[in-house]
Amino acid sequence: MIRKFFQFNWKRKAAEATISSSTILPNKRILASAGPESSVVAAAAPPTPVTTASNGMDSEDDFMSAVSSEDDILPDDDSDNDDMSDAEDFDFDDEPDPDLGMHKDISDSKKAPFDISFKVYQPSDIQRQQDELINEVNMILDISKEEAAILLRHFRWNKERLIEDYMDSPSRVLEAAGLSQTTAGPLKREVIPGFVCDICCNEEEGLQSFSIKCGHRYCVNCYSYYLSQKIAEEGEAARIQCPADGCSLIIDARSLEILVAPELKKRYHALLNQTYVEDKETLKWCPAPDCQNAIECPVKKKDLDKVVPTVACLCSHRFCFGCREDDHQPAPCELVKRWLKKCKDDSETANWISANTKECPKCNSTIEKNGGCNHMTCRKCKHEFCWMCMGLWSEHGTSWYNCNRFEEKSGLEARDAQAKSRVSLERYLHYYNRYANHSQSARLDKDIYHKTEKKMVQLQKESGMSWIEVQYLNSASQALQTCRQTLMWTYAFAFYLSRNNLTEIFEENQKDLEMAVEGLSEMFEKPVTELADAKLKVVIMDKTSYCNKRRIILLNDTADNLANG
Amino acid sequence: MAQQSLKRIAKELADCKASPPTGMSIDVASEADMRRWHVVLEGPANSAYAGGKFGIVVVLPAEYPFKPPTVTFATRIYHPNVTNDSSGNICLSLLKPENWKPATRLLAVLEAVRSLLVEPMPDDPLESRIADEYRSDRNEYNKNANQYVQRYAMRSVSFDAAANEGGKKGSGGH
Ligand SMILES: [Zn+2]
Ligand SMILES: [Zn+2]
Ligand SMILES: [Zn+2]
Ligand SMILES: [Zn+2]
Ligand SMILES: [Zn+2]
Ligand SMILES: [Zn+2]
Repeated sequence: MIRKFFQFNWKRKAAEATISSSTILPNKRILASAGPESSVVAAAAPPTPVTTASNGMDSEDDFMSAVSSEDDILPDDDSDNDDMSDAEDFDFDDEPDPDLGMHKDISDSKKAPFDISFKVYQPSDIQRQQDELINEVNMILDISKEEAAILLRHFRWNKERLIEDYMDSPSRVLEAAGLSQTTAGPLKREVIPGFVCDICCNEEEGLQSFSIKCGHRYCVNCYSYYLSQKIAEEGEAARIQCPADGCSLIIDARSLEILVAPELKKRYHALLNQTYVEDKETLKWCPAPDCQNAIECPVKKKDLDKVVPTVACLCSHRFCFGCREDDHQPAPCELVKRWLKKCKDDSETANWISANTKECPKCNSTIEKNGGCNHMTCRKCKHEFCWMCMGLWSEHGTSWYNCNRFEEKSGLEARDAQAKSRVSLERYLHYYNRYANHSQSARLDKDIYHKTEKKMVQLQKESGMSWIEVQYLNSASQALQTCRQTLMWTYAFAFYLSRNNLTEIFEENQKDLEMAVEGLSEMFEKPVTELADAKLKVVIMDKTSYCNKRRIILLNDTADNLANG
Repeated sequence: MAQQSLKRIAKELADCKASPPTGMSIDVASEADMRRWHVVLEGPANSAYAGGKFGIVVVLPAEYPFKPPTVTFATRIYHPNVTNDSSGNICLSLLKPENWKPATRLLAVLEAVRSLLVEPMPDDPLESRIADEYRSDRNEYNKNANQYVQRYAMRSVSFDAAANEGGKKGSGGH
């Protein structure tokens, strides 16, 4: 029987206890909306495109630190067992098991593409959205704006359900949301003769007091201290209740205005915005440091096994809307989670593999990888070899196959448990090695670009080239980094992939993208004087668009093959 | 705030002394420290703790009443919602910072502790084994609770264990 879809083998090393699952990634709009568009965004942001690009890469540094530790412990025989307990952990995750319901869903999801269009909202947009909803509810239900806001928050901003339920039974809705039905005059600070504050027991004359609609009255000092502590220390805003024992009435924004200092009001509103974004499943904060934008995307959590919703923020940071990790196409979130956990658990093993230096296969002198390119030339003996396989570079024009694919040894079923463990470890290291290599190369490519860019600025001054004329280098660097990111994740993807007739197509695509990326990466090794050459400029632009094309093809094919089989 | 909170504490203490809640005697640990209360609670007649005398220590933080008091048992007790050790921590939802209301009185807190003895809350346990036993084998639970009463709660109450909280176990913990 020909298997019609990709299957993931989550329990990679436990051959008898294998669980397979298919994953469907049917939507091409991922690529349409996240790929080209985002590079347009980044490229259209002169004069400091490098700064915006580095945003995303910084978080990748953090991300990589999780997979490589300083510990220099060699792998031991236990690694096999560790991995099995890994797999078991995943089975007990509170996340829905990706294996469940997968097979029966296939026919449906083939027909139902996922809408992964997305929008970026800036803080002012987020405020405006809330205001619009509040105004609408305020008019339809004839309640104050403050009450409308509390009701909307109670209903997690589902306006339709709020109005429906309210029409049904206003009293029940108001009570559940922490609002009172009594109408009271405008709330204000008041001095009431004979008043004693039940919190501080102060009874001095002229003491200002305040209460919300429930009538539980406390002195203004206590009231505002209570509120500031809730806001500043507990980070609470949307659900601060009346200070009275057992009273669940919510303190509204206008009462807060009357009682707290201006700097706390700011924090209060920031917290309210936060709950707005957190309450809505379709909104998520951009995880880039210092970025205050939120992204709206309709992809639901339950669909994350079938689609990888990569989004790009205005700040140029590209991330997965599902898990907020850096862009990890084509690998689904669950796979990424497993892979990152595995790398973290196996980091001591992976550490020595991802070392930055290797010996020249010919003269044994130590060579440090100083650029993203795999084409190494020994400074001492001029021997040219491949960083990945250490083979002769001259043989690599045609034999790339050996460099991106791990031949599964037939000896996998060997009776000897130790041999088995070594094979599975080797297999993991094979994929990890390539994954880590691309991650490292992406950073080195960026460094090289930074240096090149400085030189280009110099060249601009000397040769009179315009900023626009050197932009092709920026696009090339962006493409290189994006493609490396994708390439990096194809190796995690491949690690979990069960071998069938479709894996070869996947590996072909992976190989093609790999070659395209290496080809482009090589360009950055050229001396600056050559870079300014018009002919080379055309070559670089061609290689850039070829890289982008290969990436789109890989992602499209992956999605299509998975969906249609 | 600290000064203001002393006024409130003094008032609460005076009220508690003037009309003590059922089955409780309340005092401060020392005249110098109003923020540490020693309460002796008689095991409610309709509970598994009848006949016992339990020492309860109430500590009022500097931010009281805006921060909740901490309440611990100084006497060992066999109960799903009290840690079965010398620290005697209690799980009471109204004492959690996010639930605490500044207008809540210590009287209400102590009443809540007392009703916890009458009606434990096995669904929110600190000792899950005791909670399971309470749910599935009430006789065994009653027997064990009573054994603890006989062993720890039949003599004059000592607050030493709570005083040594977090440090070496004191004589009261035995
Ligand atoms: Zn007051
Ligand atoms: Zn109230
Ligand atoms: Zn952003
Ligand atoms: Zn994700
Ligand atoms: Zn050499
Ligand atoms: Zn090679």
